[in-house]
Amino acid sequence: MAETEETLKRIQAHKGVVATMVVNAEGIPIRTTLDNSTTVHYAGLLHQLTMKARSTVRDIDPQNDLTFLRIRSKKHEIMVAPDKEYLLIVIQNPSE
Amino acid sequence: MPAKAGDRQRQNQNGPPGGRAAQPRLYGASTKKRDEDTSTEVGEGVDEWPSSKTVVKPPDQLDLTEAELKEEFTRVLTANNPHAPQNIVRYSFKERAYKPISYVDQIAIHFSLNGNMILRDSDEGRRQSLRLSNASEKAPSETSAVVSEEAEIKDEKSTEDVQAAEEEEAEGTETAEAAEAAEAEEPPPPKVKEKKLPNQFNFIERSSRTLDNPLRERASQSEPTPCKNFSANANQWEIYDAYMKELQKMEKSKEKEKPKAQIGKKVEKKRGRKLISLESQGDDITKISNAAKIMERMVNQNIFDDIAQDFKYFEDASDEYRDQKGTLLPLWKFQYDKTKRLAVTAISWNPKYKDLFAVGYGSYDFMKQSQGMLVLYTMKNPSFPEYVFSSESGIMCLDIHNDHPHLMAVGFYDGNVAIYNLKKAASQPSYKSSAKSGKHTDPVWQVKWQKDDMDNNLNFFSVSSDGRIVSWTLVKNELVHTDVIKLSAEGTTMQGPEGLQLQTVGCGTSFDFHKKIDYLFLVGTEEGKIYKCSKCYSSQFLDVFEAHHMAVDSVSWNPYHLKIFISCSSDWTVKIWDHTIKTPMFIYDLNAAVGDVAWSPYSSTVFAAVTTDGKEKKGQEVKKGPEVEIAKLDKLLILVREPDGRAQGQEDKALL
Repeated sequence: MAETEETLKRIQAHKGVVATMVVNAEGIPIRTTLDNSTTVHYAGLLHQLTMKARSTVRDIDPQNDLTFLRIRSKKHEIMVAPDKEYLLIVIQNPSE
Repeated sequence: MPAKAGDRQRQNQNGPPGGRAAQPRLYGASTKKRDEDTSTEVGEGVDEWPSSKTVVKPPDQLDLTEAELKEEFTRVLTANNPHAPQNIVRYSFKERAYKPISYVDQIAIHFSLNGNMILRDSDEGRRQSLRLSNASEKAPSETSAVVSEEAEIKDEKSTEDVQAAEEEEAEGTETAEAAEAAEAEEPPPPKVKEKKLPNQFNFIERSSRTLDNPLRERASQSEPTPCKNFSANANQWEIYDAYMKELQKMEKSKEKEKPKAQIGKKVEKKRGRKLISLESQGDDITKISNAAKIMERMVNQNIFDDIAQDFKYFEDASDEYRDQKGTLLPLWKFQYDKTKRLAVTAISWNPKYKDLFAVGYGSYDFMKQSQGMLVLYTMKNPSFPEYVFSSESGIMCLDIHNDHPHLMAVGFYDGNVAIYNLKKAASQPSYKSSAKSGKHTDPVWQVKWQKDDMDNNLNFFSVSSDGRIVSWTLVKNELVHTDVIKLSAEGTTMQGPEGLQLQTVGCGTSFDFHKKIDYLFLVGTEEGKIYKCSKCYSSQFLDVFEAHHMAVDSVSWNPYHLKIFISCSSDWTVKIWDHTIKTPMFIYDLNAAVGDVAWSPYSSTVFAAVTTDGKEKKGQEVKKGPEVEIAKLDKLLILVREPDGRAQGQEDKALL
């Protein structure tokens, strides 16, 4: 347990990381470093997107599964690591 | 009397046609009648009769002559109908012509009147008489008359079709009335059961109906079954998941069916359960550990993006212009807080996972011996190690098993050896030797995995300064040691105090096993000798090479040339040998103590050497040429990508 906590802390401390949040299977944020409204916003949208992406991948080949989702935009990069019950979302500025 | 008048007129008025002929007869008839009349009235009137017979001549009478008057006309009286046509012609289809009919109907109807009299003896007559008699018997009193009248009325009413019947009945009723009137005066006759004659004109409609049960409405309503809305998508993968679940269920049930004779399994399961329960009590965060790991790597990838690019695609064009020097580009720096103050003593790539490498931390310093660490890094995450194991004594060497990449053999400064299992989460080694189990008495300089022995037990070799080369076998979860060979320094038997033959033992510093010939291996010692040994002979060496003046730091067989091996020493030299020849084939002087040397895995003529002055050199050996090129550095790619155990011990504390 402590390991995971440490890992999350390290991620947060990395260069360029703007925010970290953990979202549960229903899209409700559990842990976040942003303010509430933004978190809820992100959580809802990314949850849907992840579900859609996973559904796409699995529909093509049911033995396959989504491991990671990365959205690179002009300003940041949003990285989503899906798990069985949770989603870990990290927003980073890749180049500074 | 009127008949008379009529006759007279006829007599007078009738003309010649048949008038006279008829006269006498008529005359005769009339005379008869007159006679009768006159006979009653006056008897004397006979004479007056002719006088009364004065001819009265009407003014418009035909005047006929006497002859004409006497003419007799004959008139015939036939039964023919004068109005009937005499020549009727009919068209005969048979002869296709008009043919006269021979017989013509001569009947003439002068008068017709429909009568209403029924024959008394006929059916209808009998019926009516019966009825009337019954009616009269029924009602002797006035009421009977009324009833009979009613019956009559009924009867009259009921007859509509036949007029004759009505008239007959009317007549019948008249007679019945008379009879009844007579009967009413008489004492009422005994009643006779009236037999209602059924006829088509006399019926009573009779209908009956069963009782209607009164309807009552009674309603009941059951509780509505609880409804729940459910919607889901049926995707390809949902179907697949369902099937997999079923499969797992079936497998589980099959396992349960197996006889539970293995108690050990049960115990393990219990332990497993305990562990799981503990974990679940913890925070939910643990479940995200996997995702967190991946995320960390991704974040690092972003940060070290350019380095990753260099790693893959680095090409320095200027290399071509430098003859003997290439460029060595440092990529990543792996460091860990807790390993500060510790020297890197061993380093090895994982044979299966090319990005994973293990580093052993310890200390070369004899005086300052502290704890050791075994740390595994992955290139995917340069900022933090993947696995960390700590130990009491400094680690001197390590080796990762080729077939079981999760097992690592480690040699300690205190002479112990241990096996670490990466799959288990424990921070302690899975198996460790101890003083009882035959550990070395001096630091273990090198360990190496061997192939599984005949019982499929894992085993590895270790060489140490105490002069023993020990084979450790993992038998039933225990490390069992077997002394393979004891390095004795030849010719150094000394006389001990009580006549004991003390045998000084050489100190092994490194060894290497032949790639093809399984039993053959080389051992380097601190005295500078290299022994060629066989696993089969435990007391004798196959050969001895006087290799160096100082301790041999590393020996290594050439992976391609099976007879060639290389050795390096603190005496600043690197030597290449053919094991059949006692003298080295090549000698490289590097001006500094050489810490380690290793062959390049892709080429039989390239090797790398590390010196204690911090320089890393790569040497290219030209087999048959007299010249030797030293330190032609190739690209860094080779170093980084080499999956073999390229050990580079450095005095630095950081790892490049």
